[in-house]
Amino acid sequence: MKRFFFAFFVLAVAPFSAQAVDIQNLRTDKGITAWLVEDHSNPIITLSLSFRGGAALDPEGKEGLANFVASTIDEGAGDLDSQAFQGTMRNNSISLSFSAGLESLSGSMQALRENRETAFELLRLAVNEPRFDEEAMQRIRAQISMILRQHSQDPDRLAARAFYQQLFPGHPYSKPTNGTIESVASITADDMKAFVKRRFAKNNLVLGVVGDVSASELKSLLDKTFGDLPSKATGWALPERKPSQDGGISVVEHASPQSVIMFGQKGLKRKDPDFYPAYVANYVLGGGSFASRLFAEVREKRGLAYSIYSYLAPYSYTSLWGGKVGTANERVKETLEIVKAEWKRMAEKGVSQKELTDAKTYLTGSYHLRFGSSDAIAGILVSMQVHDLGIDFLDQRNGLVEAVTLEQVNKVVQRLLNPDDLVFVVAGQPKGL
Amino acid sequence: MHRRLSFFIAVLTFWAASQAQAGVFDPQTVTLKNGMQVVVVSNHRAPIVSHMVWYKVGSADEPEGKSGLAHFFEHLMFKGTKAYPDGAFSKIVARNGGQENAFTSYDFTAYYQNVAKDRLSLVMKLEADRMRNLTLTKEVIEPERLVILEERRSRVGNNPAALLGEQVNASFFVNHPYRNPIVGWAHEVEALSLKDLTDFYDRWYAPNNAILVVAGDITPEELKPLAEKYYGTIPANPDLNGRVRAQEPPHYAGRRIEMSDPRVRQVSFYRSYMAPSFIQAKAKEETVRVHALEVLAEIIGSGPTSRLSKALVFEGRLAVSAGASYSPDRRGPAKFTLWGSPLRGVSVDDMEKALFAEIDKLLKDGVTEQEVAEAQKRLIAEAIFARDGFSTGAQVLGSALAIGKSIEDVENWPDQIAKVTVEEVNAAARAVFNEKSSVTAVLLPDEPEKEAAR
Repeated sequence: MKRFFFAFFVLAVAPFSAQAVDIQNLRTDKGITAWLVEDHSNPIITLSLSFRGGAALDPEGKEGLANFVASTIDEGAGDLDSQAFQGTMRNNSISLSFSAGLESLSGSMQALRENRETAFELLRLAVNEPRFDEEAMQRIRAQISMILRQHSQDPDRLAARAFYQQLFPGHPYSKPTNGTIESVASITADDMKAFVKRRFAKNNLVLGVVGDVSASELKSLLDKTFGDLPSKATGWALPERKPSQDGGISVVEHASPQSVIMFGQKGLKRKDPDFYPAYVANYVLGGGSFASRLFAEVREKRGLAYSIYSYLAPYSYTSLWGGKVGTANERVKETLEIVKAEWKRMAEKGVSQKELTDAKTYLTGSYHLRFGSSDAIAGILVSMQVHDLGIDFLDQRNGLVEAVTLEQVNKVVQRLLNPDDLVFVVAGQPKGL
Repeated sequence: MHRRLSFFIAVLTFWAASQAQAGVFDPQTVTLKNGMQVVVVSNHRAPIVSHMVWYKVGSADEPEGKSGLAHFFEHLMFKGTKAYPDGAFSKIVARNGGQENAFTSYDFTAYYQNVAKDRLSLVMKLEADRMRNLTLTKEVIEPERLVILEERRSRVGNNPAALLGEQVNASFFVNHPYRNPIVGWAHEVEALSLKDLTDFYDRWYAPNNAILVVAGDITPEELKPLAEKYYGTIPANPDLNGRVRAQEPPHYAGRRIEMSDPRVRQVSFYRSYMAPSFIQAKAKEETVRVHALEVLAEIIGSGPTSRLSKALVFEGRLAVSAGASYSPDRRGPAKFTLWGSPLRGVSVDDMEKALFAEIDKLLKDGVTEQEVAEAQKRLIAEAIFARDGFSTGAQVLGSALAIGKSIEDVENWPDQIAKVTVEEVNAAARAVFNEKSSVTAVLLPDEPEKEAAR
């Protein structure tokens, strides 16, 4: 499911551009790079960070390691045990949290300007000196195990898990981000420390900061916080992998009234020259808006679902064009047929000039809305760096969407979309499949 | 999830959290001649605005036996009018780079569009049009009924904790309409008629029952003429009756419900007590009790260093997680809830005993000066964070006004929290923990897992 969020995260970044945002590229004395948007209208500071390399790199048998680390580094660090660490956070109104995705371990921090020294000090401790005390390990392991047990009966999770196993059998992308009860039980404090040592390094760290802090103040805070990290992380490489294209339908039996269906096939990478034409095509097919074809056919006309959408998920070593829908067990077959038919219609006939125009005005017109909060902006700064989009991307982005032609869109859907390649995973008790 | 999201737990928790952040929005307000209140919250960080219209009607205002009506109607607001038929509303908003949604709660229904500033008048024109001109036919409502039943399946049917939540409310509120789910009972949603829906529209959707809130890159001087042009011309509904609801009688017996379901893998325990809402307390000039309960909930149950978490999770090693919550932003009665999930191998009874030992200790020894001071500081800091999101002010003020609070109630919240004393927190605790006015709920796995959890 984390992967799922990752997919959205990537998408959320793409429709961007900003005239109002002035990004400064900082490089500190100790070699830390960060992008900063100063905003002195409210006395708060928001930081977003990402260490590259996530759960996909978890060792065999230790699946869930990245997630376990993310859940435990703020549970005691330096001289502070868990209660002291959390108490300092709470009494200074500092929020600090970490999470692991398939390709990164990310964190976010928000604090009042007056508490910035304490906030950055806690962040320093978490990243440099996490304790992994036995007490904290046991407690967090119990929490993760509880979540895993609950996920074992959650149709959304069951579908997502099976979906990635179907698409990437044997590949690290099929690993469960949170691990399994058995693998999490086998993870030791030494494993966690080794993870931190391998992964938390300057060349592996991406930072975005927004708020009431000047560039020079921030540089000094960043040096104190991250300056002692090793300069280089242990390298890694994953094999490139195309999603499987068997076009099959697999069912995860689960007793619930509504089936959750995930579907997908090969997509394209973020740096693919056809990314924007595909992005526009996806908007027409099933992207965020209520005006999409899948929304119209599945929900508006037939009342088959409350929620249906499609998305592009460009990963580092693969790519996916996927979608998700939930429908009553009795109506799964009909829903699958419509999804396939829409996939086919898009592949064969492409989009109309009007659809293209409407997609462009939505995608370009809504760009400002992405800047609604400091949190959102800090996240964007990190994503732009992770995907190597360049610091001027926000000024380019609407131009990239505007430049998409009907011919490009119709070529890319023809190249990529194939209803026979679609892999479907259904979690529930579907009838008549 | 996507559009027309509704619902209780998510929405109300969100509002409660936001309310705890209020106090610094510095809004301006004016009332149009037809009775529609207009509120502006300026925030010029980006050239965008959030345009919201709040109707003072929610699921608790539905007639007996018509649960789900308010939410069903909310879905229909996207269907079409004479001027903008066949889903044109959403298409036009999207084409103009806008993002929109709507939500229904017990006490209100709200619609919003986030757009670039120069598209504000367009969405005002569209929103004003659908306040009175909706075209409702059988052909329009039938597919949407299926959509809503799918929504119910996905939010409730597929989720045992949500199913138990419905049972808890039905048991907790003996007579008040909060006993019915916002999305409605499936059999009643299936039976709602076109007439039910049009009657509901005619009664409640009128400018004198609505609040316009616009937040973002806008000034009152810019907004007022637009509000008069688009909303000011809609006639008020002279037959708008007050919101008369069945009231909750005193409770004389605590209730305990258990639900087991084969899909449950983690036991959960909840105890909810009847507590005053802000609106109830205001009527009796007792809002200090509400603020004292907010401080109490913060002390005993918010975060890993709160009393319950310390006692049950850290020291007692009995629970995976534990806490307390209280959301006073309602017209009718509110709930103060204690909850915990026992560690595997710990019986729910043992955890429950430890939880109430902690409450007994609280009642005997009271809270400390330091605990109150720290809780106040944390709550008040939230008001500063609330100014960050460009639409937060609109959400907080809109929901507050829609339930019957005033702008001052929102703006003065940090001051009121700062005034709370140790004695007031202790008095509030003594009043609220009354077992006879409570429901205890336990979510259990099916046999044989159930026995292991005992």
